[in-house]
Amino acid sequence: MAGVPLIAAAASIRPALEEISTRYNEVTGESVRLVFGSSGTLANQIANGAPYVLFLSANTAYVRWLAGLGLTQGPPVTYAEGVLALYSRSGLFGETENPLMALDSALQHGVVKRLVIANPEYAPYGTAARAALEHAGSWTRARPFLLLGANAGQAVQYALQGDVDVALVPLPLARLAKLQETGQLQVLPKETFPSVELHQQMVLLPGADQKTHEFFAYLQSIDSQEIFMRHGLLVPSPVNLTLQP
Amino acid sequence: MDWNAFHLSLQLAAWTLVLLLPIGIVTGRWLAKTQTRARPWLQAFFALPLVLPPTVVGYYLLVFTGTRSPIGEFIMSWFGVSLVFSFPGLVVASILVNLPFAILPVQRAFEAVSNELHDAAACCGMTPWQTFTRIEMPLAWPGVLSAAVLTLGHTLGEFGVVLMVGGNIPGETRTLSIAIFDRVQAFDPLAAGRMAGFLLLISLVTVALGYGVLERRGPQRQKST
Repeated sequence: MAGVPLIAAAASIRPALEEISTRYNEVTGESVRLVFGSSGTLANQIANGAPYVLFLSANTAYVRWLAGLGLTQGPPVTYAEGVLALYSRSGLFGETENPLMALDSALQHGVVKRLVIANPEYAPYGTAARAALEHAGSWTRARPFLLLGANAGQAVQYALQGDVDVALVPLPLARLAKLQETGQLQVLPKETFPSVELHQQMVLLPGADQKTHEFFAYLQSIDSQEIFMRHGLLVPSPVNLTLQP
Repeated sequence: MDWNAFHLSLQLAAWTLVLLLPIGIVTGRWLAKTQTRARPWLQAFFALPLVLPPTVVGYYLLVFTGTRSPIGEFIMSWFGVSLVFSFPGLVVASILVNLPFAILPVQRAFEAVSNELHDAAACCGMTPWQTFTRIEMPLAWPGVLSAAVLTLGHTLGEFGVVLMVGGNIPGETRTLSIAIFDRVQAFDPLAAGRMAGFLLLISLVTVALGYGVLERRGPQRQKST
């Protein structure tokens, strides 16, 4: 397995990336090895010498941080725009115009006992979730009921198995876990967390070889973009695909 | 079922056992016989991995052997391997966290070998090495065996340190216990459940076999002493 590119990716894109790598294998016969975690954890591992050759973050900040340490190769590329969704267990509040407002009133009435988000300190979707709660003025009220996942995947895991009322998690994972079957699942528009971006950037790392470059290119193909979209992510328009570091 | 991960777990257990058992025997015997006042402290030091959370051990390993640390740089430049996020690193971590399992049972076993036997062996003209191989080792054998079984079982089940020091790299550091965690995170309870059941089974078999051998050897030894 030594020659197979080792790729570190944000837990939030797991379903999409697994499908892309399967498709890539069918099309080219080449394979890649995928490791998932919170973007912050993975960036930290890279800084500590983890042998990844490509890093797909759920935001730009960790890519920029690594670039600042001189640990990246070439300019980063925005491969998708993250989408945050709000899950509420059935019976809490139905589909509403403004789920965050409904959540705030549910918090005020004391009917929300447990609210799950990814850890805002190192998981970009957690940061976005906190920003959304802050923007809606619910953060202080929500804090005592917070349950933090180590990454977006674990947050969804808690929502799936725990006795959870509300979860603010990535749409692709929420769909994969079929959260819509046990409650309401609504997309939170970008305006609800204006201070945080979820431009999902990827960047090559110093160990990247020819095979890694090929997969990196495949991730920017129409094929891959279609898969990202199908899993609930937004895809940047071709013009602004490449952002300068 | 992730056979790759299982294979890796077995490899890790085998390397740990092969490298750690001699360390356990030498250190355990020394601890059993030494008169030094520092003995409680040394014993406490070797028992530390039992009481410390894996995150603490993992944290120190990352800090002291990471590629940016002096030790990490030294090992990288001399041996060309990284001790974090790599299989050799896992072996080192595994040896450290298994120290109590390898040393303490051996120490107890050697402590049980009476000093009169030493004197008798010396009177018979046996050299210290002969006394060790022909008298002490056969008597302490059950302790060594239980050290081996505990180390093996514990390595198969180790999770926290492996995740922190090794990451979750397929074919490199994704052991069976990490693979189970990974499947849970991927909302794949079926695969996770299958692997968990498998690990449960082999752990039970390993430890039961170990105890079985111990039981069969134990009474014989008692008769002969």
